[in-house]
Amino acid sequence: MKSAEHIVKSYDEELRRLTTIVAQMGGLAESQLSGAIQSVVRRDSDLASSVVQADVKVDALQDEIDDFVVRLLALRQPMAIDLRLIVGALRIASDLERIADYAANVAKRAIALNQAPLVRPVHVVPRMGALVQAMIKDVLDAYVASDVEKAKSVWNRDEEVDEMYNSLFRELLTYMMEDARSIGICTHLLFIAKNIERIGDHATNIAELVHYTVTGQKMGGARPKGDVTSSTLPGQPDGGTA
Amino acid sequence: MNGNGNGAHGVGVNFPLKMTNRKVNVFYGEKHALKGVDLDVRANHVTALIGPSGCGKSTFLRCLNRMNDTIASCRVTGEIVLDGQDIYAKEIDVVQIRARVGMVFQKPNPFPKSIYENVAYGPRIHGLARGKPELDEIVSHSLKQAGLWNEVNDRLDEQGTGLSGGQQQRLCIARAIAVQPEVILMDEPCSALDPIATAKIEELIDELRKHYTIVIVTHSMQQAARVSQRTAFFHLGNLVEEGDTQTIFTNPKDERTQGYITGRFG
Repeated sequence: MKSAEHIVKSYDEELRRLTTIVAQMGGLAESQLSGAIQSVVRRDSDLASSVVQADVKVDALQDEIDDFVVRLLALRQPMAIDLRLIVGALRIASDLERIADYAANVAKRAIALNQAPLVRPVHVVPRMGALVQAMIKDVLDAYVASDVEKAKSVWNRDEEVDEMYNSLFRELLTYMMEDARSIGICTHLLFIAKNIERIGDHATNIAELVHYTVTGQKMGGARPKGDVTSSTLPGQPDGGTA
Repeated sequence: MNGNGNGAHGVGVNFPLKMTNRKVNVFYGEKHALKGVDLDVRANHVTALIGPSGCGKSTFLRCLNRMNDTIASCRVTGEIVLDGQDIYAKEIDVVQIRARVGMVFQKPNPFPKSIYENVAYGPRIHGLARGKPELDEIVSHSLKQAGLWNEVNDRLDEQGTGLSGGQQQRLCIARAIAVQPEVILMDEPCSALDPIATAKIEELIDELRKHYTIVIVTHSMQQAARVSQRTAFFHLGNLVEEGDTQTIFTNPKDERTQGYITGRFG
């Protein structure tokens, strides 16, 4: 991401520190997501509680990044690559904060789910979780290494997440129609899946920001969109897809 | 101020090219100071020239109204064309060219005369006014355009050199526009001014763009970004990159431009 060193050495140190805090925040968001998904899969409420409690740490890092970015903008008046790096960090931090929020929400729902008996295992949730976790990991690697190709590959994977979400949506609808007693549990599962799907969208945002930071260009092409559930109604003759 | 320098007025290719400059070379004795520069200046735009000291930006600026003629060892080749006319052609009257292409310098340099005389001098020697009332009108109009009228209209007889630095610089701008130029060249016009006086000049530059074409040399990246619509980066006598100001400052194409504007060399 950087060509040569700045004439003012402390500026380089500050930019490195900014990147480090963002990477650190990314690592934390990633482990929050991992913990949340594990707590659903293993029905582990203790783990879920620790995920919920750890969300403040992510928020604290975001505050730190916000303050640091404002300071850099005021004191350094950055230009070109430096400006994109700093603004990019600010926006990536806000995506990471959302990711961690969704992870905490997944963990909260895990606690609720664990209070009821396991009705039917839903395999798609861990699979979706694993896919999105890999996206987060890769997009953070792409950020640290300024790797545009890797960012692009993350961006392309979001469609797969959307497709999994669509199939899970239909599956859960079927369960709910079969047995009204499962509605409570299935609704929680549906929200969990939706949260994971949203996390995938934020990983896609970050991929776009990495691309912009490194190249100065917006990522070309229409965003992969596979989530059709917002236009789907159950019980329709075509099987639910509008 | 005005965001990315695109200001309140129109911008873009709908405006004709005011000056077209091709293969401009400048030699100071043996030294090759400017190397084959092709750079156009669009009408009613502010074009900023940036680059490290000694890069040739001021040399280029001074070619645009033949100010380099005053340096004995200086030799200029190439084409510098103002509205289709080569300003270095034999039949050209240099004094007329400098009236059409005015200049404002780094350090405010009012004449040691009254405020009124500072502005009236040019129109008088160029015969632009028939009689005192017309000259008065030119003086007040120029001072108004330069944003100085309200501060000096009750003391036009006082010495121009008695004004503050920022006022002196605006007086010099009033003096430059009094002869109805088409292009105004500014060589670091704010480097000797405080931030408030600088802001007033920058605001004025944006206003002047409606009527004039402006080329400005500045060492302040932020100033170039604020006041100009086009930016040209010079390095070691070469024009490295020229383009839309916003692009130059957010996503320059050339590594050298990037290095300079981000403070990595210079």
